[in-house]
Amino acid sequence: MLKHFIRLEWKSFFRSASFGTNVVLKVFMGLMALYFIGIFLVLGFGIYPMLKDKGLNPFTAVNKFLIYYFVVDLVIRYFMQKMPVTNIRPLLTLPIKRNTIVHFTLGKTSISFFNLLHAFFFIPFSIMLMLHDNAVSHVILWHLGVVGIIYMNNYINVLLNNKDSVFYSVLVVVAGCGLAQYYKVFDVTTYTAPFFEGLYTTPYLFIIPIMAAVAAYYFAFNFFKNNLNLDEGLAKKSVEAKTEDFNWLNQFGTLGTFLKNDIRMIKRNKRPRGTVVASIVFIFYGLLFFTNKIEAYNNPTMQVFGGIFVSGGFLLNFGQFVPSWDSAYYQLMMSQNISYKEYLSSKWWLMVIATLISTLLASFYLYFGWQVYLLIVVGAIYNIGVNSHIVLLGGAFNKSAIDLTARKAFGERQAFSFKNVLIALPKILVPMGLYSLGYFIFNPMIGCLFVAIAGVLGFAFRNFMFGKIEKIYKSEKYATIAAYKQNN
Amino acid sequence: MIQVNNLSKIYNNGVKVLNIANLEIPKGESFGLVGNNGAGKTTFFSLLLDLIQPSSGFIKNNDIQVNTSEAWKPFTAAFIDESFLIGYLTAEEYFYFIGDLRHQNKADIDALLKKHEDFFNGEIIGKKKYLRDLSKGNMKKVGIIAALIGNPEVVILDEPFANLDPTTVNRLKKIIKELADNPDVTVLVSSHDLVHTVEVCTRIVALHKGEVVKDIQTSEETLKELEAFFAV
Repeated sequence: MLKHFIRLEWKSFFRSASFGTNVVLKVFMGLMALYFIGIFLVLGFGIYPMLKDKGLNPFTAVNKFLIYYFVVDLVIRYFMQKMPVTNIRPLLTLPIKRNTIVHFTLGKTSISFFNLLHAFFFIPFSIMLMLHDNAVSHVILWHLGVVGIIYMNNYINVLLNNKDSVFYSVLVVVAGCGLAQYYKVFDVTTYTAPFFEGLYTTPYLFIIPIMAAVAAYYFAFNFFKNNLNLDEGLAKKSVEAKTEDFNWLNQFGTLGTFLKNDIRMIKRNKRPRGTVVASIVFIFYGLLFFTNKIEAYNNPTMQVFGGIFVSGGFLLNFGQFVPSWDSAYYQLMMSQNISYKEYLSSKWWLMVIATLISTLLASFYLYFGWQVYLLIVVGAIYNIGVNSHIVLLGGAFNKSAIDLTARKAFGERQAFSFKNVLIALPKILVPMGLYSLGYFIFNPMIGCLFVAIAGVLGFAFRNFMFGKIEKIYKSEKYATIAAYKQNN
Repeated sequence: MIQVNNLSKIYNNGVKVLNIANLEIPKGESFGLVGNNGAGKTTFFSLLLDLIQPSSGFIKNNDIQVNTSEAWKPFTAAFIDESFLIGYLTAEEYFYFIGDLRHQNKADIDALLKKHEDFFNGEIIGKKKYLRDLSKGNMKKVGIIAALIGNPEVVILDEPFANLDPTTVNRLKKIIKELADNPDVTVLVSSHDLVHTVEVCTRIVALHKGEVVKDIQTSEETLKELEAFFAV
């Protein structure tokens, strides 16, 4: 039986849509994995001498923050680790025991990258501990305890899957603890650190995390087994739908019709909602640039970079996938009474509105001085005037369909072509160049002025650009339809 | 209304999936396309809607060549498959969206929905479900009625009878017949089901491996003739 399962897994891995076509992406994913492994290895070996240099006891310090390490692990798992339920459906009617199916699917999660990755930190760290006068046997016991917790996380994640309310309340509690610790109100680590210490000092305490992992496995197993029906665990989740009219958009005619749809799309689908989250993150990304905390960012050229990103989060994330957002029903769009121009300008307006909102929300940067906020406003002007057209242009060549309902953006086939990279460059490099030019020859104000002028000029070319993009849409129409059809 | 001229579609691997030398569908005809899987029915409709590119020849819809101009879109409506539905909308939102595109106001749409109330069988309107959560049959009902919005002159339905329950099939036949009775509306229907097609269409064309093998005006003997042709 196991042989069959493994063979199925093998095929599903190598024939999956996200793996099959794009060599660049394969290499990219591989590099990402190697990158993380590398970081963990360096950290594993390096953290001991690093903490020692700071005059801390490395082992105590690590134990102190281990609780946060595991919580972050759980958060990352929650967002990234895929639940292996999709392949189960066809197996249900075959003569295979349910227990076997559940054991196998749970077993499969045990060897996921999200578990193995930790080995690259904890094994070197344990070795370092042993090399620095810690009792070998105790280090091994501590290590076993940690492994137990990692696997406990793994199965807890299975149980947590799709229980947003539980997950977010846990997250709030933990974030609260973190803040309380930061402001020295209450330190949760004073309670957890002794436990992790105890794994080392007290023999056999490691049995508790191991037992916890076993218990988590047991609960996950039962949970899975009881829900192994098409109408329960494997059912498609459907939420109660609410009809939303957005009648106030009617005054904008056809533009309003499309805007209504786009707003509904963003509200009701996980992937597009992600772009909104990203744009909020981008607003705060600027803090890295304008608080002068990071040296590499502490120069005028990089500050423009920050300015573009703060207001452009939505524009950059959403725009690059126009028209892929509509890929699921692209055939409808192509046979309906739709002019490309109206379609494009509705997307354009959406991006402009989002950019304006981001700019307003970013007004708290005034705290760092009006010059900082000026950079952001100038960045917004450039985003609206130039970048909005560039992302739409790049998107026109984009042939990868988007599964709107997919929760995990990870592993999705991205638009990763040389053409796109080439088109993407001026989004950032041109304003950086323009600003630096003005900054170094005249003064920062002239630098801002240069960027703003470029934005206004770009705006003047709007219709010209739309015409160009429209032509691309037309010439790529059949190829795009065919590509989307294949993916759906 | 629709003229097909030396139309062919050949895929990269050299497989000819459609080859129609000449076909003329006059205005007001109800035209049935029958054939086995892979006969080229959907390919023909996709070419008619300019969703794929012809390898040679062209189709004219009301004297407009479909792959060079888009002027056929305002008077042509189609439902091919679920990819014509927008999954994250409720049925009402979808109807109003199509209505907006076809310059119909809300009242027009409401009237149309009211008219087809029994076709929906109380399973579509006000059900608080997104289209993606509907069953296949109910999706089809939504798509078919959406194709009637805005009084199109050409209505294209690919496999409309598939996935529908017997009662709904009969109601659908009534709807199609009513469309067919309107001399301004040309209806194109494809199906595997010979009985249904013979019942609603005044002319039937059978495709086999992309070629027109039968072209008959429906009469008493049509069904027998077709059954004999497709017999094993």
